Amino acid sequence: MAENIALGMENPPAMSALASQIRAVSETYGLPLAPERIVGDLSAGERQRVEIIRCLLGEPKLLIMDEPTSVLTPQEVAILFKTLKKLSAEGTAILYISHKLEEIRTLCDTATILRGGKVVGTCDPRQTSARELAEMMVGRGLTMPERQRVTPGDPVLEIKALSLPAQSAFGMPLRDVSLTVREGEVLGVGGVAGNGQDELLAVLSGERGSPPGTLILRGADIGKLGPNARRRLGLLAAPEERLGHAAAPDMSLTETALLTGAAREGLVRRGLVDWRAARGFAERIIEHFDVRTPGPQNAARSLSGGNLQKFVIGREVLQRPDVLVVNQPTWGVDAAAAAAIRAALMALAAGGAAVVVISQDLDELMEISDRFAALNEGRLSEPMSIEDLDVDQIGLMLGGAHGMEVAHV
Amino acid sequence: MIRLEKRREPSPSMAWATPFLAVVATMIFGGVLFAALGKNPVEAILTVFWEPLFGEFAFYYRPQLLVKAAPLVLIAVGLALGFRAGIWNIGAEGQYIVGALCGAGVALAFYPVESVVIFPLMVLAGALGGWLWAMIPAVLRVQFGTNEILVSLMLVYVAEQLLASMALGAMKNPEGFGFPGSRNLQQYSSAHNAELIAGTGMHWGVVVAFIAVIFAYVLLARHQLGFAIRVTGDAPRAAQFGGVRPARLVLFCLGMSGLLAGLAGMFEVAGPAGQVTIDFNVGYGFTAIIVAFLGRLNPLGILAAGLLMALTYIGGDIAQSQLGLPAAAIQVFQGMLLFFLLAFDLLTNYRLRVGLARVA
Repeated sequence: MAENIALGMENPPAMSALASQIRAVSETYGLPLAPERIVGDLSAGERQRVEIIRCLLGEPKLLIMDEPTSVLTPQEVAILFKTLKKLSAEGTAILYISHKLEEIRTLCDTATILRGGKVVGTCDPRQTSARELAEMMVGRGLTMPERQRVTPGDPVLEIKALSLPAQSAFGMPLRDVSLTVREGEVLGVGGVAGNGQDELLAVLSGERGSPPGTLILRGADIGKLGPNARRRLGLLAAPEERLGHAAAPDMSLTETALLTGAAREGLVRRGLVDWRAARGFAERIIEHFDVRTPGPQNAARSLSGGNLQKFVIGREVLQRPDVLVVNQPTWGVDAAAAAAIRAALMALAAGGAAVVVISQDLDELMEISDRFAALNEGRLSEPMSIEDLDVDQIGLMLGGAHGMEVAHV
Repeated sequence: MIRLEKRREPSPSMAWATPFLAVVATMIFGGVLFAALGKNPVEAILTVFWEPLFGEFAFYYRPQLLVKAAPLVLIAVGLALGFRAGIWNIGAEGQYIVGALCGAGVALAFYPVESVVIFPLMVLAGALGGWLWAMIPAVLRVQFGTNEILVSLMLVYVAEQLLASMALGAMKNPEGFGFPGSRNLQQYSSAHNAELIAGTGMHWGVVVAFIAVIFAYVLLARHQLGFAIRVTGDAPRAAQFGGVRPARLVLFCLGMSGLLAGLAGMFEVAGPAGQVTIDFNVGYGFTAIIVAFLGRLNPLGILAAGLLMALTYIGGDIAQSQLGLPAAAIQVFQGMLLFFLLAFDLLTNYRLRVGLARVA
């Protein structure tokens, strides 16, 4: 870690001197860190502390932070905010970039709102409601999708005590994961990225097989089936990475639609691709999900992140899945597109499908889930009904193993 | 100031235009090169590109064009399937040799029996031999994760040793007065891959090359498997998410390219070459890699590129003998073609902007 910090310095001091400096600064600001640890072993929150301490060592007059809380638990956010308030009290100017309105309202003295690269307004966030801020960001009256809760039906998908070893040095094993999803419910899986989210998605989508008896879809053991066999049975998935995983960058939208739509939409007959049908399917996705693009012949990489995300989520939703698993459905997506995607997921559940939403965005999970479970170091907590939970409890579910107990301020 | 700007999408018109731009640029700079050597550049360029097609002895050269292009196209089409998916078979030369040995082996085993089944059997044996030789790197990659580039390349040298041992040993002509080399299959009518129409150069290998081009074109444009190949080349994770099994794709692509290379070798040994000799292989398997890229890994492009490559070989030979151009100059000329093609390739994904860079 000390080596990493030295990398960012013009004239790094001797390693031992630097280490004691790090220790001193980290204790002053209530960010305990051991300088000799390897960065690869740190949690996301701890890694971020490394970044902050790197900045603090330079005794900054201005500290610029871009979405610093996106990978932190609520408790870690609280620690970060205390540090930032202390810094600003000491005379450091802080430029804090975020799309999380409540953070801006609790932390900042003035807020400037950017939309499409232009300044659209400046205000005192403590005097302005979150709703007004949001409307300035989006540019029109914001209609929050309303969750219509239906009584969940029969269990559709079950994971039973699934353990899988990590696939690479930086992968995460899945440890004794169990869960049940029922018809018509949205199950939110929260957690800081890198705690098994990608692995959970791969196991459900069929990219990775699982031992017999651990994965049951409507009573059938599907652990050995590949992605297309699972799609035929009604289990669909949308991975986190849009370009390179959910879609191939140089492929047209027609081909992107074919990628997962082949089995359920009848786009392939006797091995031959029916391009006209594939194009029709792509056009339907573009129309239903308001994807901004000149047409289905355009390459996936020519779309903006939000538009491509609407396309890849729409591609799965329009196939009328029985179970849909999505990972980070609104990651890096503008507010309007995010609202549209959440609304589509909720409508899908209202229509009787089971939806599993894996996300780091707690506000999102609170908004759309019926039940919530947290993924931590490859372990999944017992799912709890969202009405019984408050943000602090969720934070504890997420952060248990992240060294919160040493991080008192 | 000239600078490059990345296009949001590859330009389809440029993808079509670049091969022609490359040929034009090669003619211009090749002309400069020939002029520097003291030759009339127009005459030299005409000799290379015009003489084989429309010159006085075109009746001799035109069939040669097909004979030389057929193995190049046949091998390159197979290679392109793999290259599109990021599976790199560099050992087509070895598969070509083994295909030829298997085909010739069947013929020599039957000699001197005359029968209509011999030639079809030779075709099967040639295909099987090339396929098996390519399955070695394929299975090693699938089972143990070895690098197919290295394994297939090293197997070329093994195949060359095998060829030498066959030419000097098991397949040596017993009536050949001790000279190395097998019986000449051109004199064994059941095994001879003769011209189908006299004077055209059209033998079974040419027919199969055309069929392979059409087959590969349909596969890539319309078939699910071709789609799997293209997605894998673009984004392997997306392909896996779409249900492609990478191991199967490796086995198919390497197997198919080996099979086609084996066929090319078999048609060559039974026809234009006639016999198994130590220096039977002349590098078609390596040149086909260039042809595959020259044709931008597109079967129809490969057909054109194979013919163009054959043309520069034949035209180059004529220029050497008629104008006394050094062989090295011809090779530089051929190198220029590939160089310009790759250089102009850039324009598919980037556009040239003249003027000062604006600050973003």
